[in-house]
Amino acid sequence: MAASVYVRRRAINVIALGLSAFATALGLVFLAWILWMTLKSGLAAITPRLFTKITAYGAEGGLANAIAGSLIMDLMALLICAPIGVLAGTFLAEYANRTKLGATIRFLNDILLSAPSIVLGLFVYVIVVLPMSNFTHGQVSFSGFAGAVALALIGLPVIVRTTDEMLQLVPGTLREATLSLGVPQWKMTVQVLMRAATSGIVTGVLLALARLAGETAPLLFTAFGNNFMTVHPMDKMASLPVAIYQYTNDPSPALHTIAWAGALLITLFVLVLSLLTRMLFSRHKVRYD
Amino acid sequence: MLTSPRFMFRLGAFTAIAAACSFGAMSAAATDITGAGSSFVYPVISKWSASYAEKTGNRVNYQSIGSGGGIAQIKAGTVDFGASDIPLDEATLDKFGMGQFPDVIGGIVPAFNVPGVAAGKLVLDGPTLAAIFLGNISTWNDPAIAALNPGLKLPSTKITVVHRSDGSGTTFNFSDYLSKVSADWKSKVGEGSAINWPTGIGGKGNEGVAAYIRQIPNSIGYVEYAYALQNHIGYAVMKNAAGKVVEPKTSTFQAAADTADWAHAKNFNLLMTNAPGADAWPITATSWVIMYKQPKNATNGKVTFDFFKWAYANGQEQARSLDYVPLPPSLVTQIENYWKTEFKQ
Amino acid sequence: MSSIPATDLASDAEQRSRIDARHDRWFRWLLMFCALLVLATLLGAALSTLWGGREVLFKDGFRFLTSDAWNPVTDDYGALAPIFGTLVTSLIALLLAVPVSFGIALFLTEIAPAWLRSPVATAIELLASIPSIIYGMWGLFVFVPFMASIEPALSDTLGKLPLVGKLFQGPPLGLGLLTAGIVLAVMILPFICSVMREVFQTVPVRLKESSYALGSTTWEVVWDIVLPYTRSAVIGGVFLGLGRALGETMAVTFVLGNAYSISSSLLMPGTSISSSIANEFNEAVGTHRSALIALGFLLFVVTFVVLLIARLMLRQLARREGN
Repeated sequence: MAASVYVRRRAINVIALGLSAFATALGLVFLAWILWMTLKSGLAAITPRLFTKITAYGAEGGLANAIAGSLIMDLMALLICAPIGVLAGTFLAEYANRTKLGATIRFLNDILLSAPSIVLGLFVYVIVVLPMSNFTHGQVSFSGFAGAVALALIGLPVIVRTTDEMLQLVPGTLREATLSLGVPQWKMTVQVLMRAATSGIVTGVLLALARLAGETAPLLFTAFGNNFMTVHPMDKMASLPVAIYQYTNDPSPALHTIAWAGALLITLFVLVLSLLTRMLFSRHKVRYD
Repeated sequence: MLTSPRFMFRLGAFTAIAAACSFGAMSAAATDITGAGSSFVYPVISKWSASYAEKTGNRVNYQSIGSGGGIAQIKAGTVDFGASDIPLDEATLDKFGMGQFPDVIGGIVPAFNVPGVAAGKLVLDGPTLAAIFLGNISTWNDPAIAALNPGLKLPSTKITVVHRSDGSGTTFNFSDYLSKVSADWKSKVGEGSAINWPTGIGGKGNEGVAAYIRQIPNSIGYVEYAYALQNHIGYAVMKNAAGKVVEPKTSTFQAAADTADWAHAKNFNLLMTNAPGADAWPITATSWVIMYKQPKNATNGKVTFDFFKWAYANGQEQARSLDYVPLPPSLVTQIENYWKTEFKQ
Repeated sequence: MSSIPATDLASDAEQRSRIDARHDRWFRWLLMFCALLVLATLLGAALSTLWGGREVLFKDGFRFLTSDAWNPVTDDYGALAPIFGTLVTSLIALLLAVPVSFGIALFLTEIAPAWLRSPVATAIELLASIPSIIYGMWGLFVFVPFMASIEPALSDTLGKLPLVGKLFQGPPLGLGLLTAGIVLAVMILPFICSVMREVFQTVPVRLKESSYALGSTTWEVVWDIVLPYTRSAVIGGVFLGLGRALGETMAVTFVLGNAYSISSSLLMPGTSISSSIANEFNEAVGTHRSALIALGFLLFVVTFVVLLIARLMLRQLARREGN
């Protein structure tokens, strides 16, 4: 009797662990499958020209201006949404955890997560692009800055949600211990709790980056795009997703190849940035034992 | 100057923007103009703009955000010109003080994938095409198709219709053609950049439609001629309004543009589908550049005209190399007259 | 010099606590401001879609919700088919992605040797960084033909079953609701998985070791200790994925078939709210544009309802467990 229970438990364990290994393999297969196709289709366009020439020359050009634009806008977007998102998430977890306001904001943040990116783009068009155009008499309308704001709105809810969750997992004993030393709450939050949750918060920021780096729709009405090189945040700015979007629908097969190469670049960009960030923050890894 | 400290201070929150303007003004020795709209003309205008920038230093930044977007942006005054696959009517143009003129010509071709039938061997006419897209003709060996293709062995399999799922000028011109040749289509479906398709599946963009046609045997759809040509997609030939079977190519597109009655079309508000010429390809299309008659920024307005003048005179070879067709000389003359009378240029 | 009067000490401490209190207040305000910014963004975006879609929303009112017509030529719009497609594809995506993500997170935190964890975790997270248009193109060129090749087998086996059989009947085109759901599942998998993995690591080792010491198997530790301990955060991760699934545009558009119809089979083409917007917005003018923006507003409403239901279900669950 006891033996059969033991065998059954062992069997369930083996099956479950086997399935989990299978799930991992499945995830990796899909990744390899997608990356392989991207690589195969875009490899021919990975040449020095891709990084030195601009999109104005089409099939004889490269993606230099789109790469520069994407770098600028993605980083600007992170600079906007990471601090706001982390602070807002902290508010939810530490100051408004069981309040009505906290519950409302948390709920609305989840809705914001699924807002179609094109709608957020239109919203930024109304609150940033049009006023700016009126204010400067049409001198500045679409801009890299507006694009960054739109991207920031896409990353924001991801960061809020993860920061909130990660802080809530910091054990209460840590809070009590710190407060009992007479440390003011803000200092405890910043220097103890956020540090304890660093790894999780960084994961959230990276997920946000991964999500916003590939967005096309919100950029069309905010950053607009530019066939020429520009690094000024108030100029109309090119970006990799917009270039990919336009090139895939173009008749020219040469442009399709460049589009695939551009997709590869976005993926690599996010990969490199994640690795760097993780290396930077790995020493902050905290275990609650 | 613009960057004086007091000016910056007073602007407060807009400091960054003000600085941006001043930098922008300093770095731009030449004029930068902006256009937006139709994706159909994007390849041509970008190619023109690269050459034009090398020639004059003026940079034309055109982005394909769609015809609807182009019209909305020119109305909002955020761009110097818009480009639309659908012409604006006179009332709208007058209301906003705008004018419009065609830029370049392209064709739309029915593309198909029927095992055993080679590209260019299938002959279709308007009513048959309409019946297929209505779902009334549902197999390839239907008598209507067989009558047009004596000697061609057609299978008895079901036809899968593939159409564009995204709103597009291609769909607009295609559905306009079907409306002209089929009363049934006109009353049941009508024309538009996006329509209520009676049957079939939707692919996004030219690439979506082309991919589905390739993957699904016995399917039929429609794509831009340039796309079909450069990506080797099998297309059908058409019997035109004059009853002659024509192939899609530069000369038949130009024939359609030549025989269209531009002289009597105010503001060039005319679609070239089902053109009467003996050699005219029946589904020929253009798109329109839309501009203010008195642009907010006079310099930008001047450069925009200069750009299109340059393009009509020097851009023909480039248009051809991209499998588009330049406007016939007679039409260019009419456009230049239109500029003189309407735009005082 | 060396002795400080007691009164000074007291006032010093008092002053310090006053300053601390002030800083605490400022900090609190700063945090609250940021949180309210999130609130303002959502309200602003939702209201701007309500405003942009007013023409259709107020003219057609309830009929917009219940009609499955979508005809830009006659300006007759109904949102039923897009809502249906959105819900079905997101549901399929969640059904597939949640267990797989859980499996991967379990593998990465409990089973895999230490040297394997970091590379595999990074690889899975890389799935999140692939631009959605690439998922679309991969779906279009690679996955749709693959599905077309296995769909006849699906129809012959699952399609013969009672009740669920209807879901798997239809022409083997490769595209449709099921294909879109699977592509979505792959897209949201890294979001759910990253959060799960991250929170599984925060479970105190003490807890797990106690359980192991009582003779639990790995699976029992994960199911009975780790999962309950992290439940709230795991659900947060699932919502993160659900959010992306509901709002995803590009990838879905390429593989969904984009037909404004409601079909009982998952192998048939459909449409979704966000893919309808992405498809038609660029060329739309007038009422058509308004209808699409109204769809955007509806997505807010649909998300609201879905999350509300999810929340109520969770509360029910919590009550049953006696928490």
